[in-house]
Amino acid sequence: MDIRRRRVLQLLGLSAAALTVKPVYDALAADPAAGRPRVGPGREQLKAKQWAMVIDTRRFASEADVEPLIEACHRIHNVPHFELKRWEIKWIWATEYKHAFSGTSSDRFLADAVEKRPFLVLCNQCENPPCVRACPTKATFKREDGIVMMDFHRCIGCRFCMAACPFGARSFNYTDPRPYLKHTNKLFPTRMKGVVEKCSFCAERLAEGKRPACVEAAGGKIAFGDLYDPASEAHQWVRKNYTLRRKVNLGTEPAVYYIV
Amino acid sequence: MKDKRWIVSGLVVFLLIVLFPFWYNRGRAVPPPEVKLTEKAKAEKECVLARDYMKAEHMQILDLWRETVVREGNRIYTNPKGREFVMSLSNTCLDCHSNKAEFCDKCHNYASVRPYCWDCHIENPKEAR
Repeated sequence: MDIRRRRVLQLLGLSAAALTVKPVYDALAADPAAGRPRVGPGREQLKAKQWAMVIDTRRFASEADVEPLIEACHRIHNVPHFELKRWEIKWIWATEYKHAFSGTSSDRFLADAVEKRPFLVLCNQCENPPCVRACPTKATFKREDGIVMMDFHRCIGCRFCMAACPFGARSFNYTDPRPYLKHTNKLFPTRMKGVVEKCSFCAERLAEGKRPACVEAAGGKIAFGDLYDPASEAHQWVRKNYTLRRKVNLGTEPAVYYIV
Repeated sequence: MKDKRWIVSGLVVFLLIVLFPFWYNRGRAVPPPEVKLTEKAKAEKECVLARDYMKAEHMQILDLWRETVVREGNRIYTNPKGREFVMSLSNTCLDCHSNKAEFCDKCHNYASVRPYCWDCHIENPKEAR
């Protein structure tokens, strides 16, 4: 039998090509996600474009009305209590109108009721957060649902965010907070010495389909929801009532609204 | 070269000190630690992923979990077998491995790694609340 060199090369080429058919077919036909772990949100995860809170301050008359809310928050988030003011750590607290809204209104004389009323203040979850811009490690960042979140793992304790926040909403751990905790919620981590912390709009509760702890403890005195969703309670409250926000002139666009 | 005497004797003393631990521990290997599994962990048979993978790469998974939960807000991990886990060190890992001292610490001490997870994450969520 006579076979030419050209023919041999052709056959070799063909058979080499034929050998690749199966691997190529397998690679293309296989579902790339099969057999690999996946991550995703829980089924109960609450979603929003920008979470917002509307506080009806008319219904908080005295310290006794705000105390349970503060306690509820600080308890579940393992926020320690320090006697020493300099070391104080707070996620949500009460203050007077003149401190909360200095520069917002030009009233020389306030209505009596407003002057004495406690105003709950917390991280405003600004739509344009200056703390996020100040953070050199991106430990503070804005989530897609508007929450200004802290990644304690990344925080280096430089406190630029505390200087950047016009609301004093951030606290620094000058010492290990654990010995100063009266109760420990075993489901939530504590913090360590040298990190900054603040309110996170209860991101961990939203993931389970629950509203923030303070909103729940307020029993209808605080509305919580998506600011941009006309069906949400928060949106409706802002539409129906005249509201104030803290230090709007700074342009940080706080997402915590106050009905006065 | 007046100080040759001193230099040589200094070197000898130095070598003696440096090599002492090797000489002292010669022929003795510290046995690798045996981790103890809790009853709950034993009953489960398999962790989030295969056992060998978890032994060698659990820190990669924890890093992925941390990143996904904190930064992306996704909290559910579905393993290749389709089983779902809430990504949480204190509440998921330590739910089975509730014996941190006998499980985590034993190997970590042997390998001389000191993870700082426990500075913030609470060691055992099963303890009295």
